[in-house]
Amino acid sequence: MTMTVGTSFAERAQRVSAVAAVHADDVDAKGRFPREAVDAMIAERLLSIQIPKSLGGEDASVSEIAEACSLLGQSCSAAAMVFAMHHIKLSSLVSHGVGDSWHSAFMRRVSDEQLLLASATTEGGIGGNLRNSICAIEVDGDTCRLTKDATVISYGAHADAILITSRAHTDAASTDQVMTVFTKDQYTLEQTHVWDTLGMRGTCSDGWLFKGEAPKEQILPKPFAEIAAQSMLATSHLLWSAVWYGIAVNAVSRAQAYVRAAARKSPGVTPPGALRLAEASNLLQLVKSNTIAGLREYEAAKADPDRLSSMGFAVAMNNVKIASSETILAIINQAMLIVGIMGYKNGTPFSIGRHLRDAHSAQLMISNDRILGNTSNLLLVHKQDTSLIG
Amino acid sequence: MKQKIRDILGKHGGLPVPVETLADDADLYAAGLSSFASVQVMLGIEEAFDVEFPDNLLNRKSFQSIAAITRAVEGLTGSAEAAE
Ligand SMILES: Cc1cc2nc3c(=O)[nH]c(=O)nc-3n(C[C@H](O)[C@H](O)[C@H](O)COP(=O)(O)OP(=O)(O)OC[C@H]3O[C@@H](n4cnc5c(N)ncnc54)[C@H](O)[C@@H]3O)c2cc1C
Repeated sequence: MTMTVGTSFAERAQRVSAVAAVHADDVDAKGRFPREAVDAMIAERLLSIQIPKSLGGEDASVSEIAEACSLLGQSCSAAAMVFAMHHIKLSSLVSHGVGDSWHSAFMRRVSDEQLLLASATTEGGIGGNLRNSICAIEVDGDTCRLTKDATVISYGAHADAILITSRAHTDAASTDQVMTVFTKDQYTLEQTHVWDTLGMRGTCSDGWLFKGEAPKEQILPKPFAEIAAQSMLATSHLLWSAVWYGIAVNAVSRAQAYVRAAARKSPGVTPPGALRLAEASNLLQLVKSNTIAGLREYEAAKADPDRLSSMGFAVAMNNVKIASSETILAIINQAMLIVGIMGYKNGTPFSIGRHLRDAHSAQLMISNDRILGNTSNLLLVHKQDTSLIG
Repeated sequence: MKQKIRDILGKHGGLPVPVETLADDADLYAAGLSSFASVQVMLGIEEAFDVEFPDNLLNRKSFQSIAAITRAVEGLTGSAEAAE
């Protein structure tokens, strides 16, 4: 008998997910990088699927990447978040760097060497207000230099390159920003904060003093305002939502297994958790529909920079993030109530503690209050979309 | 009209530089216009010229420069008169 190995993105992600599942509790307990899962992503060549075929990738769509994020999220939130954040960074390169020689060559390297990309937008004194920077990139002849108090860089110590925001030059206004790619050999990191957190422990999102020097052609050739609006914010909200959906799906699956086990023991008697399970399933479907609608909207707008930069699109993406980050908490809490103490305890087949802790990061990852503040400002001029279908 | 737009920008734009120093075609985002402030400028303009920005004008491009804002407002006041 010959064995056929599935080659679709989902089949490859599923194999990585199986590896991630084995180590998820250890990654969480030790707050360590999900090395095995990331090595499996590299072995399956999943780090380059978004890159155009002409540069060595596989032209995967954002929906296909979201499906992989969800599959990984069902076994290890940290591994899923690493994968999501890498592809969020890659989306900015693919959207804004394809016509540019340095960034095209770099994408080919990402494909060939399966490089892992990290992100440094958060800055001391600024927090999650990513459309503002204190630090400025200094251009000196053909070289650029940057020092940044980057208070949160997920897997900073394990990345092969960091995409980092700053003011565009030393005299630039705080909102006049650029994003620059620095490869590992071009920067030093001095640790300033230790990531010992409630959840998402394996993302190893320590704080670092970043100091880099590189050829100035590594600065992305578009204002960061456009990069944020046209690729980064949308893909962040969508791929994060996919990860969070995956976490919630797994919690509900565990709760369902618990209810089914009880039902099988005493046929004819509906287990007490069954009604709550129905409610959780209802909420889960809302998160799924919301995320899919957001993905469709992004795919439809993708070819049109004006639509991507419009207020209506920003409001829609903000709403996807708010809804999924809030609703998964309600879902996982429901799953905990269904399972009871077996869910609260670690190390049972029904444990849900890790899911609940990881899910609590969702509202803080770009604070929901900040996002709602942004939406409420836009709604002073943008009129509500009144159509149902389109 | 341009002067009125400049006054509104000076009042609501939250720019770190005086509006007088900006040419008509200067990039307002490079000058420090934030997305929050751009909405406040839109509101000021809607009130001053008694217009409403339709969704297709609610993007970065329409507020890229004083000249771009002027074009947008001219388009709106022109079409508003034609519709009367
Ligand atoms: C798992 C995880 C991984 C992360 N990885 C990275 C990474 O790789 N790279 C990176 O750069 N960052 C990363 N971050 C940081 C993240 O993107 C946010 O920047 C950060 O969580 C925000 O930090 P903060 O709450 O201190 O800051 P703030 O956004 O300043 O919020 C602080 C508090 O102030 C309130 N607040 C502040 N301003 C406003 C406002 N205008 N309107 C309303 N409320 C306001 C908020 O409600 C919040 O409670 C990560 C975060 C998490 C949770």
